[in-house]
Amino acid sequence: MTTNETILSKLKENFGEKITNPDLQYGILSVSTDHEHIIKVLQFLRDDQELQFGFLTDLCGLHYPHRDHKFEVVYHLHSFRNNIRLRVKLPLHGDAPHAPTATGLWSSANWMERETYDFFGIIFEGHPNLKRILNVDEMTIFPLRKEYPLEDNTRKDKNDELFGRDPKLIRADL
Amino acid sequence: METSVETPPRKVNVAEAPEGHTGEGFFATKLDKVIGLARKNSIWPLPFATSCCGIEFMATMASHYDFARFGSERVSFSPRQADLLMVMGTIAKKMGPILKQVYEQMAEPRWVVAVGACASSGGIFDTYSVLQGIDQIIPVDVYVPGCPPRPEQIIDGLMKIQDLVHNESLRRRNSPEYKALLESYGIKTMDN
Repeated sequence: MTTNETILSKLKENFGEKITNPDLQYGILSVSTDHEHIIKVLQFLRDDQELQFGFLTDLCGLHYPHRDHKFEVVYHLHSFRNNIRLRVKLPLHGDAPHAPTATGLWSSANWMERETYDFFGIIFEGHPNLKRILNVDEMTIFPLRKEYPLEDNTRKDKNDELFGRDPKLIRADL
Repeated sequence: METSVETPPRKVNVAEAPEGHTGEGFFATKLDKVIGLARKNSIWPLPFATSCCGIEFMATMASHYDFARFGSERVSFSPRQADLLMVMGTIAKKMGPILKQVYEQMAEPRWVVAVGACASSGGIFDTYSVLQGIDQIIPVDVYVPGCPPRPEQIIDGLMKIQDLVHNESLRRRNSPEYKALLESYGIKTMDN
């Protein structure tokens, strides 16, 4: 039977030091790797005869403004054969982070990567059609990055004091 | 034994005639008043329903509230034959140009009612992806508050529109003020 331990030991066996930060949350194993190895790791997980992580459940972005690696891409994998899930994380450097595309492995990554680009500005190298998917094409920001306010910036009728907040303090922590 | 039930004579509601001069075989009034009366009682609405306010409108159209009583039996799903654009629900910024195109496809005279908090002001969705009121892209005649408004409120909104339609001057749509209003929204007027 395939367990989180066997997944981790198989990954360590094949990629050694390149598999970092193994973590168990809500019973789901999570590992990190780097830009160079992410596609190889995903391909291994998909094609391995025992693991068979054939389904890319989700691919999304994260923004940690205080960390060295400000951005992360998270791949949620599901092995139907073994009924087990796995998270693979890819931490990224810089304000215009680049990640390799996973569209070569799963066609479903196409729209998910467009969404991640749309909201976080993560550029997927080799993506066949990397443009906004949910937001208006004219949008100039990447709205889920923490430096952008969640609220609509076209409104002029809102007095922050009436909402009990100091406009100077709202963004001070970023 | 036979019983007979007497049914009272059926009352038919008829719109009141406008002010005018009447005599034997003639009735004289202003053209504005006649047109206003006819238009008021035959408004064809175009429901642009995107969320829960649209569900309330469905209740408004159904037999209990019976929207058809107001001459709006015929709900037009083509903007070309519609008089009243009823915007019901959250309009995302991506939906904005589509709504504006629907408005532009309507023939004059046309009216707009923003039903519910979202269409009127963005409502609870004060966020980067939602239009903060449809009056940012098209002119609005009547706003109906509520989240969502009850059918009574939607009917009240329609009756306010009826008042506007009834009392509107036939020259209004040709006035420089009206043209300036449309131009401020970047909407083409009839002349150009």
